[in-house]
Amino acid sequence: MLTDIQKQILARVADMKDTAPAHTAVNIRTNGQKAYRSQGEHIKIESKTDRDGIDIRIDPGTKGEKVYIPVVVSASGFQDMVYNDFYVGEGADVEIIAGCGIHNDGCDESRHDGIHTFYLEKNARVTYIERHYGEGSGTGKNVLNPQTVLYLKQGATVTLETSQIGGVDDTKRYTKIVCEGADSEAIIHEKLLTQGDQTAVSEMDVILNGENSKTRVISRSVAKENSVQTFYPRVEGNNACFGHVSCDSIIMGNARVKSIPAIACNHVDAGLMHEAAIGKIAGEQILKLKTLGLTDAEAEEKILEGFLR
Amino acid sequence: MLELKNLCVSAQSEGGKTEILKNISLQVESGKFLVVTGPNGGGKTTLARTIMGIMPAESGEIVLDGTDLTDLDITARAKAGVSYAFQQPPRFKGMKVKDLLEIAAGKALRLDESCAFLTQVGLCASDYIARDVDGSLSGGEVKRIEIATILARGSKLMIFDEPEAGIDLWSFARLTETFRQLHARGDVTIIIISHQERIIRLADEVLLIAGGQIRDRGPADKILPMILSDTVVGCNMLDQEAGRC
Repeated sequence: MLTDIQKQILARVADMKDTAPAHTAVNIRTNGQKAYRSQGEHIKIESKTDRDGIDIRIDPGTKGEKVYIPVVVSASGFQDMVYNDFYVGEGADVEIIAGCGIHNDGCDESRHDGIHTFYLEKNARVTYIERHYGEGSGTGKNVLNPQTVLYLKQGATVTLETSQIGGVDDTKRYTKIVCEGADSEAIIHEKLLTQGDQTAVSEMDVILNGENSKTRVISRSVAKENSVQTFYPRVEGNNACFGHVSCDSIIMGNARVKSIPAIACNHVDAGLMHEAAIGKIAGEQILKLKTLGLTDAEAEEKILEGFLR
Repeated sequence: MLELKNLCVSAQSEGGKTEILKNISLQVESGKFLVVTGPNGGGKTTLARTIMGIMPAESGEIVLDGTDLTDLDITARAKAGVSYAFQQPPRFKGMKVKDLLEIAAGKALRLDESCAFLTQVGLCASDYIARDVDGSLSGGEVKRIEIATILARGSKLMIFDEPEAGIDLWSFARLTETFRQLHARGDVTIIIISHQERIIRLADEVLLIAGGQIRDRGPADKILPMILSDTVVGCNMLDQEAGRC
């Protein structure tokens, strides 16, 4: 039975109004325990026997089905670590909605470390949506340290949409994608908002081993007040491949942002590029929106809303 | 009616204070179409930005339909009925054309309403409505979207700063027609800063500004010949230093 707070967090991180949509693979984890599980028509979820976590098996050829695996930590001071493995069958095309929300009303640190590993078979397509969120009236920190590792076979495609939408005090995110097969592709959209004294580190390795493999990394972040962000997007091209990394950050108040992209071409036909920009909101943008009737605060809100969309 | 009374604007530079607008007084009747023209650096954009409140007036008054705008900030002037299409509009990463139109209109817009504004500036709405107003758009496209936001805003005073800049000939023809139709409605006071004869000929009146002052004012038939006869501008240094300029 979920509490109202847990239901609110589920709505935020997984767009779930109730426990689950019908006939859909769902696993809800609250405070380290399985709170709800249902199986999809072609997607099965099983608990691991050797360690804490689940295996998600998606049948070859599965089309249009979704998997929801949200996590809620609402007990202050709870420390959670989980290993989830995804086996995506050949030619499957699915959406996976993960995400974690912490509600902390106490003075102890609440933390969730989720380690997700994906194995995409030939021509599999996965859209992976991960939202992280923290709230609560306590002084205890909300900490989230996700690790996402993906292995892509020939023609497989993954789109990662990760967002940290507020309230997370510390995060260390690590993403590794190995495009092993020819024509495999990884697209990463990362959005991050920090404020107060929050810190965030996002480290990423994309390894392009397959012929004509591709990646696009688009990172957008806003750092407010005294928060600190650090980005390490790295792409390695070991075959004829293409990679583009774009990191944009808006900095406000006394915040600090460091962006350290790295590209390594180990093949003559590897084409990799990166661009990184950090700066405050342009004065002309604020002026423009004020001439359309917005106040300074409203203009700033609209600019950030669009930037982090 | 828009009234400017003894408007003076200065800027601080390395050499001290520079006067940009010198004692400008002007009245524009409601519903009139005024084109402001004149040489670069003469004060046209400063005049527009001062009316909008982007640049502060050192002295003088700005009154719109009896409301004194002089001490109001930009937002309050926008709410009082002033709008201004920038000469070089900013871009917004992540903000859609539809978002910008809705901010301008101050409300959610139906698809057909958004489309109508874009069509009036010569943009095919289905190609642009969901586009980001970012670096992927050309200068001319951003400029036309800027004009569409002013149409969506629907203020009683619309100021356009060189709307033709960067716009291709085909779109320019559509744009002049939009200005003509807007004027024909009779409920909008239009001020356009322009150097284009086609736009100047649409105006009820043309204001010639140079050196921060109003040099002349009158119908296009009077001002245009003056401008055209004065197009071969000399360099003072040539006279003074015998061709060593």
